Amino acid sequence: MSQYFKNIWSAISTISIGMKVTFKHLFVPAVTIQYPDVKLELPERERNRLYVNMDDCIGCDQCSRACPVNCIEIETVKSLPEEDLGKTSNGKKKALWVTKFDIDIAKCCFCQLCVFPCPTECIYMTDVYEFSEFKRDNLIYDYATLSPEERVQKKLNYEKFEAQKAAEKAAAAAAAAAAKAKAQESKPATPESKPENKEPNAEKKEGKVEAKEPKSEGKTLNQENKTDKAESKPADNESKTDNQEDKTD
Amino acid sequence: MIYDFFYNLTGSQILAYIIGSLLPLFAFILPFALVAVLLERKVSAHMQDRLGPMRVGYHGILQTVADILKLIQKEDIVASPNDKPLFNIAPVLVFAGSYTAFAAIPFTSAFIGSNIDLGIIFIIAITGLVVAGILMAGWASNNKYTLLGAMRSAAQIISYEIPTILVVLSLIMITGTASLNKLSEMQTGHFWHWMILGGPGLSLQKFILIPFMIIGFLIIYISTLAEVNRTPFDIPEAESELVSGYHTEYSGMKFAMFFLAEYANMFAVSAIVAALFLGGYQSPFGYLGNTFHLPWLIPIEQFFWFTFKGVFLVVVQMWLRWTLPRLRVDQLMAVCWKYLIPIAFVNLLIVGLITVL
Amino acid sequence: MAADIENKVTTTEKLKTEEMILNMGPQHPSTHGVLRLELELEGELILNVKPHIGYLHRCFEKHAEAMTYPQVIPYTDRMDYLASMYNEFGYAIAVEKLLDIKIPDRVEYIRVIMGELQRIASHLVALGTYGADIGAVTPFLFCFRDREKILSLFEMTCGARLLYNYIWVGGLSHDIHHDFLRLTKDFVDYFKPKIKELNDLLSYNKIFIERTANVGILPLDTAINYGITGPMLRASGLKWDLRKDDPYSIYDKFDFDIPVGDGRMGTVGDSWDRYFVRVLEMEQSLRIIEQAVAQIPEGDVTSAIPKRVKPVVGQVYSRVENPRGELGYFIISNGSVNPFRVKVRGPSFVNLAVINELCKGHLVADVITILGSIDIVLGEVDR
Repeated sequence: MSQYFKNIWSAISTISIGMKVTFKHLFVPAVTIQYPDVKLELPERERNRLYVNMDDCIGCDQCSRACPVNCIEIETVKSLPEEDLGKTSNGKKKALWVTKFDIDIAKCCFCQLCVFPCPTECIYMTDVYEFSEFKRDNLIYDYATLSPEERVQKKLNYEKFEAQKAAEKAAAAAAAAAAKAKAQESKPATPESKPENKEPNAEKKEGKVEAKEPKSEGKTLNQENKTDKAESKPADNESKTDNQEDKTD
Repeated sequence: MIYDFFYNLTGSQILAYIIGSLLPLFAFILPFALVAVLLERKVSAHMQDRLGPMRVGYHGILQTVADILKLIQKEDIVASPNDKPLFNIAPVLVFAGSYTAFAAIPFTSAFIGSNIDLGIIFIIAITGLVVAGILMAGWASNNKYTLLGAMRSAAQIISYEIPTILVVLSLIMITGTASLNKLSEMQTGHFWHWMILGGPGLSLQKFILIPFMIIGFLIIYISTLAEVNRTPFDIPEAESELVSGYHTEYSGMKFAMFFLAEYANMFAVSAIVAALFLGGYQSPFGYLGNTFHLPWLIPIEQFFWFTFKGVFLVVVQMWLRWTLPRLRVDQLMAVCWKYLIPIAFVNLLIVGLITVL
Repeated sequence: MAADIENKVTTTEKLKTEEMILNMGPQHPSTHGVLRLELELEGELILNVKPHIGYLHRCFEKHAEAMTYPQVIPYTDRMDYLASMYNEFGYAIAVEKLLDIKIPDRVEYIRVIMGELQRIASHLVALGTYGADIGAVTPFLFCFRDREKILSLFEMTCGARLLYNYIWVGGLSHDIHHDFLRLTKDFVDYFKPKIKELNDLLSYNKIFIERTANVGILPLDTAINYGITGPMLRASGLKWDLRKDDPYSIYDKFDFDIPVGDGRMGTVGDSWDRYFVRVLEMEQSLRIIEQAVAQIPEGDVTSAIPKRVKPVVGQVYSRVENPRGELGYFIISNGSVNPFRVKVRGPSFVNLAVINELCKGHLVADVITILGSIDIVLGEVDR
């Protein structure tokens, strides 16, 4: 019986306490803002849409490797030794034409993993968050600054250069073979032929040394990663055999 | 008085009756429903530290107009297995039930829809029509969830009419009349003549009655809250429960009628409670018309006070809705049959004893 | 017409004698995600509940095998998206055990602060949505208003509000902002009266108690048999918390209590206990944050991050105390940069299994009450 009255009393008292709380909140000013008219100021580390400053991009492919969802696609073409692509803002000389730099922002998970490996800090996240489009294809952002004709042109240039190099190499090899044949016929002539052979190689090497510097950081890491992946497969096999051995034990 | 006014204006009895009966609908209920929807949204928003509708009109005043326009132009879906005659009549019945209750409520001393002697009994009987409408809506939707919801709602409304009637009986015992008009006239004067403070006059009986009147006021307020399906008793319309309510299958104008009927009902029961306990249209402080000797001002003042009391009680209903969680169905029934009815009975007995002695 | 009515009457009679199967489908406002519950009813009583999961399966464990160890962290975020810091924390600890590296103290303190703030945020969501399911809409908005403050603290640190990618293997991605500690102290002072307000409005409300007390009682032996962990286990009476019983990181340096359910409103282990244990845990998290903010040392947070994560061949199982229970990571490494296998023991997955036992004998309206008190996140159930 006393439980009955206790119930009534606790009901009335707790309901009144609750009503007092809500009543007090009638006079608290609202914590919301009227969105399209008033926008929040975002902090400086905000992670929204990606932006790439192509003047600084050296085409090292680090951001594309770091991305967990593979939303960055980069294709580069080596430049010819006589072309000057300019320097990045921290003084490195660029050596690769970036013919394709697509970021599919619809796939991007905004994790910021691509920002950290970039050696020139050219890819970063801005605070733009209102970028919806009507067509999904418009969400594939193309950052490369070469026009389509230029891209094709650069590729052709490079292929021509390679072909020329190969031809020169073949010619030099043929000349070397001819020189060798001649040298075998007349031995005192041999010391002359070697510097001839070495000159075109030396020219090429000088041209390539400059090109290698900015790439070296990127390239060695690339090579290391590639070799790691190549190593991982035999390692897989090893570990599998290890497990099998354990199981047999 | 208003009837005479219209009779003189038009010269025909029938026309005067028709206009007099339509007047509360268009001049009062529809504008009130529009305002009430917006009021609910704004009150709930400010209680939750936010702003509510702000875009349509200045600070969202025209929001309900936009909602009604949207509902009117929606497609009226009647699925083929539904029972078409019942499906179409149900919202009309619900709306008619809640609207007819307004006939016996005195808005001012100059206007009452129908001055019958059985005011209260008439109102309570008419709310039975709403039950029929709800059951029809639940059945004709051909959906086992709406049927369950409609049955629960019907059970709820019928059970909670009993405490209401018991409290009304105790009031009838004190005052001797069942007509709301006469009740409101009796509570004339200042606010200490209101029924919640014991009734007119200054006798000993009045002072002894005060605690029982307050208990009666609380009981009837809670039961009428349950009659209009408001939280904490809104199982029939809850969205997050399994059963989605008896008006799920309705779209467009019919849904708007259910919606309007709910807010009209809310005001009707608040007005009834105000008329019974809080003095109806009487002002708590005396009339400005009397002090300034302007007799035509008095009905307008009375109308203002009536609306004020009704809206105040509606706001308290909204306040309760946004504070409290929902009761489960069996707990709802337990509250009615185990708590409200015994207390109302004991109240009735004691009030009866006091009036007799 | 009369024949139609007769047919309808006979079919409903046929339905009544059998048990009815009701489907709380994947799209439902109260199932906290895409969960399908198949209820076998007899009238209003529940005989059997069968949960059907898998609607949110995103192949996390298979993805992890194709990624390098640091690249897995954005994927772990997305499992339990309401408590992302703890997912990253658990994974980072597991890989650091494999690599056997030592982390600077500052990193440990910051991880603890972030983890406890995340625990408060996650519990706020659980409590708010629980109130909203029961019908009280106002506490839901109050909880989210407080959670916004925590999310803006996170946003200031790492730039994201929900999926952070902040706790890395060997350290953190950024050091905290110079205003962070001051604002965290302000938040702790701001939040203490809010817990009291939440209690006034919801926890001690008679109607809420009527709805949740004695509903879904979980006896302690059933809980242990099912492998339940987290606030559910503590509400059934056992004082078991991985932060004290199997300490990881630097939790042994802090002084805090473990709240246990005591059945003061009904029985031990009912839904009210599970709800209230979470409220008390929020208070204890505030204590931990205060101590951590006072004791945090200086240091460099990125110094111990390895350039390339290539652990030795081996396996490790490490567990942390998620806001929902014991989150375990079992990682097998074969010496390469990609993990060979990452298996996650998600607490919500294990906790959900007990719903059949809890719902037997209750009414249909109680299913939602019980499901809300278990506090599942479908991302963790399905991974």
